[in-house]
Amino acid sequence: MTDFSNLTIHEASKLIQSKTLKALELTEACIGRAKKLNQQLNSFITICEEEAINRAKKVDKLIANGQKMNPLAGIPIGIKDLFSTKDIRTTAGSKLLENYVPVYDATSVYSLNNANVCIVGKTNLDAWAHGSSGENSDFGPTRNPHDLSRVPGGSSSGSAVSVSSGSSLAAMGTDTGGSIRLPASFCNVVGLKPTYGRVSRYGVIAMASSLDCIGHITKTVYDNALVLNVTAGEDGFDSTCTAQKSDDYTKDIEKSVKGLKIGIPKEYFENFDWKIKNLILEAVKKLEKLGAKIEDISLPHTEYGVATYYIIQPSEVSSNLARYDGIRFGKTREQFGSEAKRRIILGTYTLSSGYYDAYYLKAMKVRRLIRNDFVDVFKKVDVIICPVSPTLPFKLGEKVSDPLQMYLADIFTVTASLTGVPSLAVPCGFIGDLPVGMQIIGPDFSEKLLYQVGYAYEQETNWYKKTPKI
Amino acid sequence: MKKNSKLKTQASSVIDIDYVSKLANLPLSNKERVLFEKQLKDVLTYISKLNEIDTDSIEPIGHITNLQNVLREDKPAPSLSQDDALKNAPKTYNGFFEVDAIFEEQ
Repeated sequence: MTDFSNLTIHEASKLIQSKTLKALELTEACIGRAKKLNQQLNSFITICEEEAINRAKKVDKLIANGQKMNPLAGIPIGIKDLFSTKDIRTTAGSKLLENYVPVYDATSVYSLNNANVCIVGKTNLDAWAHGSSGENSDFGPTRNPHDLSRVPGGSSSGSAVSVSSGSSLAAMGTDTGGSIRLPASFCNVVGLKPTYGRVSRYGVIAMASSLDCIGHITKTVYDNALVLNVTAGEDGFDSTCTAQKSDDYTKDIEKSVKGLKIGIPKEYFENFDWKIKNLILEAVKKLEKLGAKIEDISLPHTEYGVATYYIIQPSEVSSNLARYDGIRFGKTREQFGSEAKRRIILGTYTLSSGYYDAYYLKAMKVRRLIRNDFVDVFKKVDVIICPVSPTLPFKLGEKVSDPLQMYLADIFTVTASLTGVPSLAVPCGFIGDLPVGMQIIGPDFSEKLLYQVGYAYEQETNWYKKTPKI
Repeated sequence: MKKNSKLKTQASSVIDIDYVSKLANLPLSNKERVLFEKQLKDVLTYISKLNEIDTDSIEPIGHITNLQNVLREDKPAPSLSQDDALKNAPKTYNGFFEVDAIFEEQ
């Protein structure tokens, strides 16, 4: 069998639509790889062989009939097991939902199905998307394909690993405090957290509703734009989803970064691994060489990000998880794992009578200050570049018994979540065999600009071509 | 009363786990109680750093997108069938969800 594991969507789509490659061949190859690697990597909870094969056959037939198709037609993709998929088991990574089969599709899944993607399977995750390592899954941890003794990052762990290991060409994820950007960075793939309200959240199991964003992971920046073209847009089923028109995100992606102002926030470059810091600064230099202007900036409330986030998020988690009572679907509340229980207790406490003002309201005020920092900075610069993670992918088990240390893995990602602005995580090199990623953050609804910057950098470096040896 | 409400707006560093688990309708084992109390104490200490900031004159974030009054036309549209809605329910009765009795008969 030919090895398709390094194909990008951009390449595969051209081959499929020109009838050089059958969607069926590509899908069978990805399913085969997913099955083979799953024993090692555990990136899928459910593999949807039959559904994917049927879809691929349909695509090949339509193309043979000369039908014009979306570039995603026939492309094998993974879906985080937090997205409702009609007639396909959806577990949220928790035993509580191990037998739950949704009767409807999430809006983003519906849109992807309309574009005729082939869903390879439902990817593993930290249960209920609670976690930064992928270890909180009731279906076992996912492993990093670049080093099997290390975590892939979470909570969209299986999504990042399935793309990184060539079992899918893209995968959907959710990002509430870094859950797409962190695993993307740990696995050398591209991950987008769009602007809050850009992509419908309908049908995705809710974690923290004022923060949850639906995004995706791909090998390249261009591929990432192709997926957003399908998922972005208004949805009558999600009132937080904006009516503001979405773009063609691939259009002008080759535009030069000449004259663009890039801000380097000093608070994101203090006190952490100097090797990671140097790699990010090298990437910034590369963009400077391409004509971008670099400016030092300050986001003074950065140090309060994690504290603010760990009030707002568990509060909203406790409210969203209140619906799991074992009456309409799922098992009873004893079945929640430790992390969900911990967050329910913390969130119930911070929302309880007499404490609301001291915690939730206080955090929503600090959230305003953090947002104001970003709004002010974007009057001076076009985008911000900063690290995704203060550390390299850590060893499995290293942080499981210390929740606070695990929470601090999100230190550089929670601020974009709290402020609602979009952030693109792009690979920017390796330390030894371990990948490092950087964030390109822009103002509300600036995804197109983020793709232009990411694309310009990727053309220079092509880090995505360095695939794991598995 | 006034004194009491003042007290309650101060962040505490210990959670009354028994009380909160009852509020959350979340049964916990003894082991979990002990573990969570210790771990959440660390988290509460960490989040108390927000008290360093004076926020008296700051308007809290209501909704990050500033969207307001998103309404649709009040018209019925296709929805889940009764059968579909009940499909995942562990116990049903005559096309309804079945729940344990809430009020005991005297």
